[in-house]
Amino acid sequence: MYVLIAGGGKAGANVMRTLLRNGHEATLIEQERDRFERLEAEFEHQAMLGDATEIFVLEKAGIRRPPDLVLALTGDDEDNMVICQLAKEKYGVQKVIARVNDPRNQPHFDLLGISPTVCATSSILGLVEHEVPEHDLVHLLELRKENLEIVEVQIDKNSPSAGKRVEKLALPEGARLISVMRDGQAEIAVGSTELLEGDQVLAILEPGKEDELRRVLLKR
Amino acid sequence: MQAIIIGCGRVGSTVAKRLASEGWHVTAIDEKESALSRLGEDWTGGFVVGHGMDTDVLREAGIEEGDGVVVATDGDNTNIVIGQVAQKRFGIDCTVVRILDPARADFYAQRGLRTVCPTSTAIDVLTEAVRTCEVGGPKEASVQVARP
Repeated sequence: MYVLIAGGGKAGANVMRTLLRNGHEATLIEQERDRFERLEAEFEHQAMLGDATEIFVLEKAGIRRPPDLVLALTGDDEDNMVICQLAKEKYGVQKVIARVNDPRNQPHFDLLGISPTVCATSSILGLVEHEVPEHDLVHLLELRKENLEIVEVQIDKNSPSAGKRVEKLALPEGARLISVMRDGQAEIAVGSTELLEGDQVLAILEPGKEDELRRVLLKR
Repeated sequence: MQAIIIGCGRVGSTVAKRLASEGWHVTAIDEKESALSRLGEDWTGGFVVGHGMDTDVLREAGIEEGDGVVVATDGDNTNIVIGQVAQKRFGIDCTVVRILDPARADFYAQRGLRTVCPTSTAIDVLTEAVRTCEVGGPKEASVQVARP
């Protein structure tokens, strides 16, 4: 596989290292001279100095081939968006992956149809939410392509679903329960599974159905 | 008519003042509060401090009621993204974006963004200015050589 990586920070350099170790072909573009020199010492001709949002730089790096995958991993969201747009729309690259540095820019990536994206801050926030003992809906995973998401809900003693079997719940259209975690043991949720106080329930649903699901399981 | 100017530097501020003098209601956006001084003491339009990538800032500047948007920050890629947000998210058809790099300006112009590339304009104007120069060095030299 031929991979083009824009941005030689910690993410870019580590991905590069792993790809090469696994026998793939890759080029890493870095804009800052100091950083580039360190990368060049390690990756030799496979590291390139330049601004990956400049068309001639991308072309020198082989974007016309085109690569199987372009990774936009710079520390600048605008740059990552432009790199992805150029790769997909000018050079017909089939697959791009973009790093989102500031989660507030996520809607812009979505607007421009850039997917999948990876945002460290959002992932950390998701995990923090997971740790907070607040009985509400926690987003665990977004499946953008499928337009589905996986959430976790903790059933408390006031939940209307406590003591009820899954088949008796009026779950919203486009939502299903996946599993129930009780006393450290997870089980697949089936119709006869009874929900109890303290259960951690995983659900899969279409985005936008959160409130309905919350109402059925938690009544808020 | 309402215009939003994003990036209130030399170019943005002058465009803002010119449109305002023609009767537009203009709101400028800049990251730096000091940019307000570029608009002059008698500025009666709006001014919002913030980043143009921030949709709350764009809304505060009234983009939802905007008729025209000029994007002229000092970053090409920032302008490209803000321009597309104004055009696609807020539906402002008259969104004009400054892009210094001619290659990117061409690409985004093909994709339906109204781009203005000062670099291309400078290249055209400078080339044309040299072509039409009346006192040409090489011409004089060749005349001198030809003299017996």
